[in-house]
Amino acid sequence: MTWIFENWARFWEVTEVHLRLSVVPVVVGFLLAVPLGWWASRSPTARTILFPLANILFTVPSIALIVITPVLLGVKILDEINVIVPLTIYTVALMVRSVADALSAVPGHVTAAANAMGFRPLRRFLTVDFPLALPVTIAGLRVATVSNISMVSVGALVGLGGYGQLFTEGYQTDHTEKVLAGLIGTVVLAVLADGLLLLAGRLLTPWARAGR
Amino acid sequence: MIEFRAVTKRFEDGTIAVDELDLTVEAGTITVFVGPSGCGKTTSLRMVNRMIDPTSGTILVDGRDVMTVDPPTLRRGIGYVIQQAGLFPHRTVLDNVATVPLLSGWDKRKARTRAAELLEIVGLDPAFGKRYPAQLSGGQQQRVGVARALAADPPVLLMDEPFSAVDPVVREDLQTELLRLQAELDKTIVFVTHDIDEALKLGERVAVFQTGGHLAQYAKPAELLSAPANDFVASFVGRDRGYRTLTFLHADVPVHPVATAKLGERVTVTGWILVVDDENRPKGWLSGVDGEVEVREQDLVSGGSLYDGTSLRGALDAALSSPSALGVMVDDAGAVSGVVRADDVIQALAKARAAGEVPK
Repeated sequence: MTWIFENWARFWEVTEVHLRLSVVPVVVGFLLAVPLGWWASRSPTARTILFPLANILFTVPSIALIVITPVLLGVKILDEINVIVPLTIYTVALMVRSVADALSAVPGHVTAAANAMGFRPLRRFLTVDFPLALPVTIAGLRVATVSNISMVSVGALVGLGGYGQLFTEGYQTDHTEKVLAGLIGTVVLAVLADGLLLLAGRLLTPWARAGR
Repeated sequence: MIEFRAVTKRFEDGTIAVDELDLTVEAGTITVFVGPSGCGKTTSLRMVNRMIDPTSGTILVDGRDVMTVDPPTLRRGIGYVIQQAGLFPHRTVLDNVATVPLLSGWDKRKARTRAAELLEIVGLDPAFGKRYPAQLSGGQQQRVGVARALAADPPVLLMDEPFSAVDPVVREDLQTELLRLQAELDKTIVFVTHDIDEALKLGERVAVFQTGGHLAQYAKPAELLSAPANDFVASFVGRDRGYRTLTFLHADVPVHPVATAKLGERVTVTGWILVVDDENRPKGWLSGVDGEVEVREQDLVSGGSLYDGTSLRGALDAALSSPSALGVMVDDAGAVSGVVRADDVIQALAKARAAGEVPK
């Protein structure tokens, strides 16, 4: 703990990087997963393509994906894109299924009623289907966020990785306090992000707890 | 007015859901589509607002071919009440009711004011407006469903088995409420049900659908009961249809005077005596004693159903269910106005039949 306070500027610097490297992929991955999940919830063909693909992508070890990304994208070794792209892929792989399940779980009589009232498809999606899918979607988003926060550290292998830097440095110089600081940072960040999403979910879906 | 002209619906797997349907739903009436599952009644209803498009034939709503209107626009002009209400769980009751006005571009305040009015019209406290659907009972949710369908004041209302998911007591309330609403609003209502009793209670005209999408008979309820078009209709309307025909007959039945007494009085009893309260409302029957006795609450035998002077069915049932075989007739205030006998009801029926009042 003392290391964190004595090296606050350094600690804050890696925290910022860690936060950026984990949050950007969640946001981008989520925005990509929503239309893909919507497609999967409507089309059996989309499901037979997307779900196995998502499973395969998710089983690729993060180390391999992070090491190979610079080669595939042809970007410089220290570019943050090298971590953001693989983590975005993981987020999409994880979230497609959540979003598809959440949308499929919207009761048929509710969507039928929406159609019968005269909703057009886009408006129905934005004001009926998607809001009703939020509880399950947010649950998926919490898993994706926490797993991203933990995986960012692997980026230390390519010279990026927020708290991951503290792990490699601490390991190389036999500096346990530094490793511990990275560990504490990761856990605190994960707990905070998870709590924030939980809170946001509660504020966005007051109806989900009505009548119970 | 809704016209079906030679409407056929064949699904992709080849099953024919509706077969050459010709039918006219008169404006300002409740028309019920009834039949067993798979008879095409729901498919027929859903073709009116293009939830399903017909394979061939034409459907006209107030003279306009529905296929010429784009579905969302068409649907905003036609009220729709679905089974289980289909309310939006994430919107308050008030916003649920305001759905169609908001879709049609009303401003928010006007739509909500209208929604609050509608809650009162369907018999709900406007305080319910702030709640979510999950906080309401099944019957209340269904009332909200009706309010939502009426919000933009559409001339046509489609009701797709709206009351089938609520318990029998609540269902009766909702049915009575619908009849009351219709008396005020005068909409063109198409109501789908598989329950023949519901059909006969609500329908001014009833269309009985037969498996395979055929319209077996389209008639007034009394006619369905007394003159079913074929064996299918006869068996579908049920075993006791002779008895139920009486629901639609309003012939005069002779009303006889009856001996009454109040609690605490001393009376001389021979046979049955009707005990009433201070407002002359029936409390029960007294018998089994001879000579002078005091009328005591614990000696009363509870009475049968009460006849309110409307249908022959009520008169006969009152007589049959009464321990004294005398059916108690009451006025609007619930006070005893006399008694009726089962024989007299049967004679009144024979007279009505001879006079041609029973449809053949």
